[in-house]
Amino acid sequence: MREIDMKRVNDTRDQMLATVKSPTLTHEQKVATMANLADSMLEVLDLPEGLDELMTDTIKTKCICDLAEGHAPLRPRYIIPDYGKFMREGSKFLQLEPPKDIYEAINSLLIFYKHVPSVTNFPVYVGALDELLEPFMDDVDEAQAKKLIKLFLTHMDRTILDSFSHANVGPVATKAGRLLLEAEAELEHAVPNVTMKYDEDLTSDEFALLGIKAALKSAKPSFANHKMFKSELNEDYVIASCYNGLKYGGGSYTLCRLILGNIAKRSKDLDDFFEHQLPYVCQVMADYMDSRIKFIVEESGFFENNFLAKEGFIHRDRFTAMFGMVGLAECVNYLMEMQGKTGRYGHDEEADALGVKIMDQIEAFNQAHVNPYCEVTGGHFLLHAQVGIDSDMGISPGTRIPIGEEPEELIDHLRHCEKFHKYFPSGTGDIFPIDTTVHKNNEFLLDIIKGSFREGIRYLSFYAADSDVIRITGYLVKRSEIEKLERGENVLQDTTALGMGAKHNSRIMERKVR
Amino acid sequence: MKVPVNKIIPFSAVDGPGNRTAVFVQGCNFNCRYCHNPETRNLCKNCGECVEKCPKHALYVENGEVRFRPELCCGCDTCIKTCRFGCSPRIQYLDAGEVFERIKKQMPYIRGITVSGGECTLYPDFLRELFVLCREAHLGTLLDSNGTLDFEAYPELLDVTDGVMLDVKAWTDEDHHTVTSVSNEMVLKNMRYLASQGKLFEVRTVIVPELFDCRGTVRETATLAAQYLDKGNIRYKIIKYRPMGVREEYAHYRVPDQAFLEELAELARSCGMTDVLIV
Ligand code: SF4
Ligand code: SF4
Ligand code: SF4
Repeated sequence: MREIDMKRVNDTRDQMLATVKSPTLTHEQKVATMANLADSMLEVLDLPEGLDELMTDTIKTKCICDLAEGHAPLRPRYIIPDYGKFMREGSKFLQLEPPKDIYEAINSLLIFYKHVPSVTNFPVYVGALDELLEPFMDDVDEAQAKKLIKLFLTHMDRTILDSFSHANVGPVATKAGRLLLEAEAELEHAVPNVTMKYDEDLTSDEFALLGIKAALKSAKPSFANHKMFKSELNEDYVIASCYNGLKYGGGSYTLCRLILGNIAKRSKDLDDFFEHQLPYVCQVMADYMDSRIKFIVEESGFFENNFLAKEGFIHRDRFTAMFGMVGLAECVNYLMEMQGKTGRYGHDEEADALGVKIMDQIEAFNQAHVNPYCEVTGGHFLLHAQVGIDSDMGISPGTRIPIGEEPEELIDHLRHCEKFHKYFPSGTGDIFPIDTTVHKNNEFLLDIIKGSFREGIRYLSFYAADSDVIRITGYLVKRSEIEKLERGENVLQDTTALGMGAKHNSRIMERKVR
Repeated sequence: MKVPVNKIIPFSAVDGPGNRTAVFVQGCNFNCRYCHNPETRNLCKNCGECVEKCPKHALYVENGEVRFRPELCCGCDTCIKTCRFGCSPRIQYLDAGEVFERIKKQMPYIRGITVSGGECTLYPDFLRELFVLCREAHLGTLLDSNGTLDFEAYPELLDVTDGVMLDVKAWTDEDHHTVTSVSNEMVLKNMRYLASQGKLFEVRTVIVPELFDCRGTVRETATLAAQYLDKGNIRYKIIKYRPMGVREEYAHYRVPDQAFLEELAELARSCGMTDVLIV
């Protein structure tokens, strides 16, 4: 382990004391922050040359960001346990037999969730809840089943204190799925996030419409293009965290992101951007990710010692890593201005074509880069359109059009999404607030989902413009909870603070209502 | 055949089932007092007054006729507020093929189109041509009508029309005159005919209690429509009058309260209608 200087030690100690004394952080949030600060003093990774400069703190120049994963990763960032195996076989470590009825099933799952680590210390994936619960649907009558499901969901909402936590339903309609969606619509909780895997050949209109109805009440589920994900990741994919496509029984070691706008600012001209700056930053980031993965796999001992791996709930060889990016819009606009051109991303053909060229280059880089521990995805990372973090300012998530510049007509907005969603098997998505006072027509949204998925859009989220639960960038937050936090009160979920930051820095309340 | 098109809304959630492209043509043979697009009723008389008022220079005169450059327009509506004749200068003359080109851009996001107005049945040949193109592309075809075209005389149009959304603005001829300045003999004939052909997708009545006998209209309309439900579902849409967009001299009517609308919906149900909607 490398030495660090006393100044850094003392700065960190100051931050720790401030954490202890913080009036707004809850106890759990303090403990997590303290652990991260302790971790920040470790220096064990083999850092690529040049990384330091590219990761420097100011958001105006920083080109690479590791999303606070820490200096000595003690677990992979995202873990996707095989809950099906757990339901079939139970767990020795947790001393649980396979559940025999719905009460045991729910109880076992709630126990398991408390033992699934992640970068946030909360499970980013809580299972295909419809599939997991369907076998137990005949144990009780429908009213009882719904009540149990509501208690189950409420328990999650109050103990998984972070909405980067994701349940899946679909693509096929089930009784458990239906009850789950009805319960979500009635409860209006922020956690867990829910995605409906949708395939027009497998998902009935009735089931999809139930999903849309729930989405307009509680901002979830979102809709994932099942055909598309299946073609890239096979049948055993899941949607976790914000909207990340990952392998069941695996996960993602790490997620780092390119801040494309700042890479453009380093460039002398267009050639410099494509020939030198972009390839250079991509290479440094990939090397950094390689080094993080090497540590997790070869040194941390996680895959040797954690019960999830020992009992086969996860498999090292089903993990991959996510090569993320943000701010394509700002990058393109900057490069256009640099050439003295006025066309803007999302509105101008040349600007959009430049965006496509940038994505093509990033994709080609990723296809050429090999990591020995990402076998499950052909030895490559998966591209990820990252949704941004609360401190981002003037950086649009992934490939999204900046808020306030959305095209007038929704059709033009969707045509733009079509060009960019294909690059991101490990997640991208666009969000549309809907004016439900005008649209009492849920089939309107169903038609949009069907059309989108036929045209190669990957993932869509809707929420009612006037609902309490809203989608910030990928995660969900309650407006009423943000207001509490703004008044200086404690709030249960740590994502509320992120939502508040995004509200102030990224104008998420000003999205164009459709 | 080119027709005056007032506007095309690419995605509409309020003009029939699912997501549809809505096409609005210019010109109407009624004069409903509560019309909230009064500027869609008449064709421009080329007086030129609005041209000078347009802040964006989106209007100009060519060969004595007013022309419109949509790409410059900011939608400020100064022109239609200026016009004394109930017209809009923001008209483009398009034929069925040209309109279809603009509809195609929304495929596969839409399940169909709805043509509205003004009164679209003033241009039956255009409608037929457009609907033939839509049918070939597997798009649904609905039209919105005040019911003055004798549909029975246009079997080829009806063949390619999925359904008609028909306004029954008042039941008695006298009331209908009060509301629209026109008789409703043809409207009621059409209602029977379309319903008997299974082409009456929806009937609708705008509720303005001071203007006509709303209870009587809803009762009689519902009773008649209900006799044909075995030919296919007919929705009855009870529309709340809103002063938005209505000409100043007629914008004084009282907005009906929810209780009255509920009462009318209940009345329609008691007459045998099952699919009743208040909007
Ligand atoms: S029929 Fe429709 S467009 Fe014509 S005047 Fe009446 S409300 Fe206006
Ligand atoms: S709405 Fe009329 S007045 Fe206003 S810019 Fe357009 S054409 Fe000109
Ligand atoms: S729209 Fe009206 S004001 Fe304008 S030229 Fe035509 S008739 Fe005159």
